[in-house]
Amino acid sequence: MTAITLPTERRSKIQATVRRAGRVLAWLVLVGIAILWLVPFIWMLSTSLKDPTDLMNKSWIPTRLAWENFTYAFSYGMWEQWTMNTVIITLVSVIGTVLSSTLVAYAFARLRWRGRDWLFSLVLATMMLPDVVTMIPRFIIFAKIPAFGFQGSRNWINTFLPLTIPAFTGSSFYIFLLRQFIRSIPMELSEAAKIDGASELRIWWSIIMPLAKPAVAAVAIFTFQGAWQDFMGPLIYLQSERLYTLQIGLRQFEHAAGGAPAWNWLMAASLVVIIPVLIIFVLFQNYFIEGVQIGGSIKG
Amino acid sequence: MTHLQLEAAPRINSNRRVRLPATPARKEAFTGWLFALPWILGFLLFTVGPMLFSLYTSFTRYNITTTPVWAGLQNFQEIFQDERFYTSLSNTFWMVVVKIPIVTVVSIGIALMLSLDLPGGRFFRTVIYLPNVLSGVAAVFLWQWILRPNGLFNQALALFGIKGPGWFVDPLWTKPGMVVMGMWWIGSNILIYLAGLKGIPKELYEAATIDGARGWAKTRHITLPLLSPTIFFQVVTSIIGTFQIFTTAYILSGTTVDGGPGQSMLFYVLYLYNRAFGKSGPAGFQMGYAAALAWILFIIILAITLFQLWLAKRWVYYESGDRQ
Repeated sequence: MTAITLPTERRSKIQATVRRAGRVLAWLVLVGIAILWLVPFIWMLSTSLKDPTDLMNKSWIPTRLAWENFTYAFSYGMWEQWTMNTVIITLVSVIGTVLSSTLVAYAFARLRWRGRDWLFSLVLATMMLPDVVTMIPRFIIFAKIPAFGFQGSRNWINTFLPLTIPAFTGSSFYIFLLRQFIRSIPMELSEAAKIDGASELRIWWSIIMPLAKPAVAAVAIFTFQGAWQDFMGPLIYLQSERLYTLQIGLRQFEHAAGGAPAWNWLMAASLVVIIPVLIIFVLFQNYFIEGVQIGGSIKG
Repeated sequence: MTHLQLEAAPRINSNRRVRLPATPARKEAFTGWLFALPWILGFLLFTVGPMLFSLYTSFTRYNITTTPVWAGLQNFQEIFQDERFYTSLSNTFWMVVVKIPIVTVVSIGIALMLSLDLPGGRFFRTVIYLPNVLSGVAAVFLWQWILRPNGLFNQALALFGIKGPGWFVDPLWTKPGMVVMGMWWIGSNILIYLAGLKGIPKELYEAATIDGARGWAKTRHITLPLLSPTIFFQVVTSIIGTFQIFTTAYILSGTTVDGGPGQSMLFYVLYLYNRAFGKSGPAGFQMGYAAALAWILFIIILAITLFQLWLAKRWVYYESGDRQ
């Protein structure tokens, strides 16, 4: 990008200065944005440690660290049960989504079968279909499928089934993402295994899965994040308090103090709920960021 | 990871495979269908089946416990005279029209700055993306707290001598409040734009520099056209996403769940939810009515997407000439 053909040396000097100033300015703006973006987290932490008398003052550091806000958050409602429920639903959703999406993606990426390309365009089409459109009929259907007393319910409503079983049919978006990735894995590796007599199932499990690890990890953490924080699904399908997830519990907690929410308790409870997500992000941030960028490159 | 093949698929996979005995092609075809079966089943059971069923339901009165009663076009007629339907539709369109342009411009601006490869770029990227991992109730509570009339945000505005509005209290300011709040989540848009920017060949800029083009001219004639497919993709998905606003509106609406002050946050899906499952406002468990609302939503989104595809021919630049 050196300005070789510019008429005079002086002009190029001015330009270089302008470019430098621009870069410094951009850097300062980015620093400002980064601070602004972090402030809500810090404010959340600060509020969660304030006692009620401290709550309305503007200071960032609580006069006294009110750790009891956290014990209060844990003692309200059925937090242990809700945490267990959330962990179970999230775990099953992640396993279901990863297994089914990779298997289907493998079929689309590597196997040759009649109708494949046609079906794949259907996958792309359903990516654009908003979930809400099928929300009502899905609810009605789940209300008709017997659960045989599973979780004390006669049908699928008020059980974890509607929140977990559909995960085993794969997600169109993740199938697309994984297919793109699997196509970039060198053919020779699976060919070699095939000559050695490995079945397609074996190739999928012991060759493709490990090689597609970055994409598989991205799918797993996005599913984790989505299931952990899903609000609408549990809101619609779970009615008994003992089956609630953390999101629904948190919503109940808002009015636990009666009337106006007690913000210090609410922030403490909220912080506890988001901490697992933040930990996963800190540990796997590269997978998140690369996953988003692969996801965004569907522009064709 | 980054060297993904995203170009259009070659017609038939260039599988240079060794032919195995015993009709391998047929066996492979069978395995293919078998492996794709989970998605096919899901598509039939959780997408196509429900779509058709809801089409039928939309022409009935149905509260789940009794059998559906055929009602012809009655649901649709009522919807077109339903004030809440128009309120929810106009609130939703407000968000589409105001929020998406702001998000698009700001995201591209920040992505351009990030593409300069300044020191600390990785850190900036991580921090700006961070809020995107939060999506649930906790994040809404946090912003409800920050945007209280005497909350952190208004205190910050006061430092500049601006008297902050009653964000989620004043019906005029609830949606702007949601836009402000929404800015915290533009990180994923920024990362996608950044990936798009990184994909623009450096030689084009060098060539333009030699031709005497400078800062803005380069942005206008190289960056934006080459970024247009990404912009198009983002706008399409953002509109679909905006039509599905739910959790934020549900929480901010308070206990009535009817869109908060002056129904100013009664968005389409919130209204649909209230009709189907709501415990307040218009009576819930009107599955026929809700199904009709869902179909209208589907048609609106389809129409907007098709319109955008048509519009895209005029402004989206495809390098290789293949359009999708």
